[in-house]
Amino acid sequence: MERCFYKPMVVSTQTTSPLKPALSGSGLTKIYRTGEIEVKALIDVDIDLFPGEMVVLLGASGSGKSTLLNLLGGLDTPTSGSVFFRDQDITATDEATLTRYRRDYVGFVFQFYNLIASLTARENVALVTEIAKEPLDPVDALGIVGLGDRVDHFPAQLSGGEQQRIAIARAIAKQPAILLCDEPTGALDSETGVVVLEAIETVNRELGTATAIITHNSVTAGMADRVISLADGRIVSIEQNAERTPARQLTW
Amino acid sequence: MLLALDKKLLRDLWRLKGQVVSIALVIASGVALLVMALSTHEALRVTSDAYYERYRFAHVFATVKRAPLHLDERIRSLEGVQSTQLRISMQAILDVESFAEPLMGRLVSLPEGRQPNLNRLILRSGRLVEPGRPDEVVINESFAEAHGLVLGDTIQAIVNDNKRTLRIVGTAMSPEFIYVIAPFALIPDKKRYGILWMGRKALEAAYDYDGAFNDLSLTVLRGTDTKQTIQALDNLLAPYGTTGAVDRSDHLSAWFVENELKQNQASARILPTIFLLVAAFLTNTVLTRLIITERSEIGLMKAFGYSNREVGWHYTKFVMAITVLGVVLGWLLGAVLGRISTGNYAETLNFPMLIYRPGVSAFVIGAVVSLAVGLLATARAVRQAAGLPPVVAMRPPAPASFRQGSAWLRKCLAVLDEPTRIVVRQIVRWPARAVVTAGGFAGAIAMMILSLYFVDAVDAIANTHFEELQREHISLGFNDPKSSVVLNEVQRLPGVLAVEPTRAVSADLVSGHRRHRGALQGVSRDAQLTKIYDVERGAVPVPADGVVLTSRLAEKLALGIGDDFEVRVLEGRRPVETLTVADTHDSYIGMFAYMDIDVLNRLIGDRPVTQYVNTWVDDESQNELLATLKNLPAVSTVGIKAVAVSNFHETVAGSLMIFVGFFSAFSFALGFGVTYNAQRIGLSERGRELATLRVLGFSRGDALYILLGETMLLVCVALPIGCLLGLALTAMFVNTSGFQTELMRLPVLIRPSTYGVALVVLLAACAASAIAMKRRVDRLDLIAVLKTRE
Repeated sequence: MERCFYKPMVVSTQTTSPLKPALSGSGLTKIYRTGEIEVKALIDVDIDLFPGEMVVLLGASGSGKSTLLNLLGGLDTPTSGSVFFRDQDITATDEATLTRYRRDYVGFVFQFYNLIASLTARENVALVTEIAKEPLDPVDALGIVGLGDRVDHFPAQLSGGEQQRIAIARAIAKQPAILLCDEPTGALDSETGVVVLEAIETVNRELGTATAIITHNSVTAGMADRVISLADGRIVSIEQNAERTPARQLTW
Repeated sequence: MLLALDKKLLRDLWRLKGQVVSIALVIASGVALLVMALSTHEALRVTSDAYYERYRFAHVFATVKRAPLHLDERIRSLEGVQSTQLRISMQAILDVESFAEPLMGRLVSLPEGRQPNLNRLILRSGRLVEPGRPDEVVINESFAEAHGLVLGDTIQAIVNDNKRTLRIVGTAMSPEFIYVIAPFALIPDKKRYGILWMGRKALEAAYDYDGAFNDLSLTVLRGTDTKQTIQALDNLLAPYGTTGAVDRSDHLSAWFVENELKQNQASARILPTIFLLVAAFLTNTVLTRLIITERSEIGLMKAFGYSNREVGWHYTKFVMAITVLGVVLGWLLGAVLGRISTGNYAETLNFPMLIYRPGVSAFVIGAVVSLAVGLLATARAVRQAAGLPPVVAMRPPAPASFRQGSAWLRKCLAVLDEPTRIVVRQIVRWPARAVVTAGGFAGAIAMMILSLYFVDAVDAIANTHFEELQREHISLGFNDPKSSVVLNEVQRLPGVLAVEPTRAVSADLVSGHRRHRGALQGVSRDAQLTKIYDVERGAVPVPADGVVLTSRLAEKLALGIGDDFEVRVLEGRRPVETLTVADTHDSYIGMFAYMDIDVLNRLIGDRPVTQYVNTWVDDESQNELLATLKNLPAVSTVGIKAVAVSNFHETVAGSLMIFVGFFSAFSFALGFGVTYNAQRIGLSERGRELATLRVLGFSRGDALYILLGETMLLVCVALPIGCLLGLALTAMFVNTSGFQTELMRLPVLIRPSTYGVALVVLLAACAASAIAMKRRVDRLDLIAVLKTRE
């Protein structure tokens, strides 16, 4: 197996932290095979995500950051390596357990919002709270992202930024242990993007949810505790920000 | 070399093969039914016309008690009469050695040593009867085959009270006996009713009919109105005890053939229409959806310089490809079905050749109708695709907008969970689509009910006829009415426990300008074996005075209870009397006018007489009784109920089940076509939503629930509607096709189990589609959905 050059650094991060990671991946490798062609999307990556921490995964298109997020979120299984959540190896379980993992512990925010067009804002959030263990009230969740006055609007009646904030409310309403955001501002202009990032920031601060944001926009890195950069399927650097820049002050 | 666009077309068809095939199957079902009905109709029509023409089937028929042969000259001189045939024709009891029961037969005279000039025979084997050979006989081929009789075999017949042994010298067919049915039988029985052609001299001698006849057929010159001929003939034959002349269209055999033709025509109109309409809807939804998903490709084609016409033609070809696939499948299936259906007719009907050689017209009509329906149904979608401006086409369609709806709807939705709410809003958002989908389901249920209904109807008829109406075990008939002494004689026969007299007297029933040529049925006031039976009310008492009419007869004559009408008796002294309608009764079979047998006898001016004796027989002695009846002179008909019942079920149920099987398959195809397409379109529209839900932690079952929920909900709505539609369709079908005749009225009576079976078939079709969907939902790409834009 190829060893990651930067692995010692990661190990050192782990050992210096007094906390137990909320989620950790070790030796994650993902190889896609289409016919004769083999694509190594992720190569022997180790990663930890700590409670209350905000991590930004930075990288160009094809760097493997989405693949990593998919593995951490239980959407896909690695070719080799494991993902541990609360001491359980979720990669070694069946489809039903993965579904339960996603349902109970993981919140997803997608680039294109992925709201259900036939449900109102409140109902889109309720969709998740109805199957969660200790959910927030949907209206409260929408209040956190600043949409307390738009609860009965359908997606088609809302702007892109508003739709993305509903998606965030939907993701956090179940009080997940982990919030995974895949290019949450990718489809938005910078002004709206900032509003959305603020919402993620609020959630991270107020609920203490371990948050991972995928982006190719390096400006976003400022708001993170740690910035993990990926290139060609490997982690190329991990930087600890001395101070988190409030999302409000980000511009691009 | 295929053009790039045509390659795309082929790949699109392959990609959507599930939908393409399911729609093609629905089209195929419609086309098959159309081809079957039209080609069977054609085969029957062509064959019967040619048969009638070539073997000189007469135009007018009459029977008399006895008339002198020299009347022929006067008959010929009637206006329009072309040629005549005067015969002796008698009902007789037959005895085939290998068969336990006495059989019935009709003896028909042949001119000495030659073919008759009308109603000619087709010799199938052997020769005609030679002059001066009174013991020779030609029998109808189906009877010979049913008993394995060959040339040289003998058959016994009670000819005018004498048992005669007849030697078979030929087998034949005749246009008169395409439909060979015994008196009072519901359906033909090849084994138990035979036609025997004998030399005229032999019958003259046997029945003492020297220089006389009792049966007349004639042809008229082209352009002659047979009504006038019949009128003139009735006047001429009145003194000779005629029961009234009838036109060819009322000739029993010809009438049945014509009725089959009518039923076929009705099937050709109604059933394929349903299938083709559903297919049209399905093609439309699939194409509309395809065009929505291909907007950017259409934009690209336009940007490259393809014209509106070329884009439109591309999608038109898509519709045509599906339709052509359906049409070709339908052609093949229709030809197979037509062959089976025609073969079925060949079984029951005695045609010398019923060759199934379907002309192109049935196929062309099937193809043209389905293509036209398909293209019309998709014209709007094609026009939309062709008219999309390149720029608009390149942009994704605006997201579907939903509204809260009325306060009432909000209240209803409030109690539902989110997945169910998604399902309901989907329906509310596209109500037209929901209505048409539910309509498709309802159509499938209705179609199934209609096909199963025939079994119900046949059972209902058989039950009322055999269980309620004809309670007797064995019914005996005589060529001439007998004095009531005969009752005592029959009572003394082995095993006979009870006897009851009945009588049928030919008569015209007249009310104003309305007229019905039928019979007055005499039954005992205390009858237990033959009851006047109303399908709703049960047994109806025989009135002391007046007549009980079958409701349809009362309707035909526009008579109500208490109304008077005229009876012109066609037998004996031919009295004309005024009678009163005492009551009416609803019946599935026949048009009857019942009255007290004593009153009837007085009306005719006879002493107490009887023509038929119904008997209640001890089971154990039945065989002994049958053996005795074989040798009993004077008896001309023997009706054994148990035999009639089993023959009825065998014959009718046998041929019916084949078609019920096919119809069930068609209904299944229809149900599956509608469900599968609705769900595939649902999946293509909401695949992204479903994948999102899966990512959010919903299970595969939840995703499947949302996908199938809509169709399931629509199925629930469609179930009762489909049942009602089935009832309505059945009523319409039964009323418009040849099922409401003077002989038989098919009851619109559907058993609960029929509804049950129809629902099960639809649910099975839904389940089959659901299984196909489950595989797709399981394979939903959860990762792609995160990245791709709608």
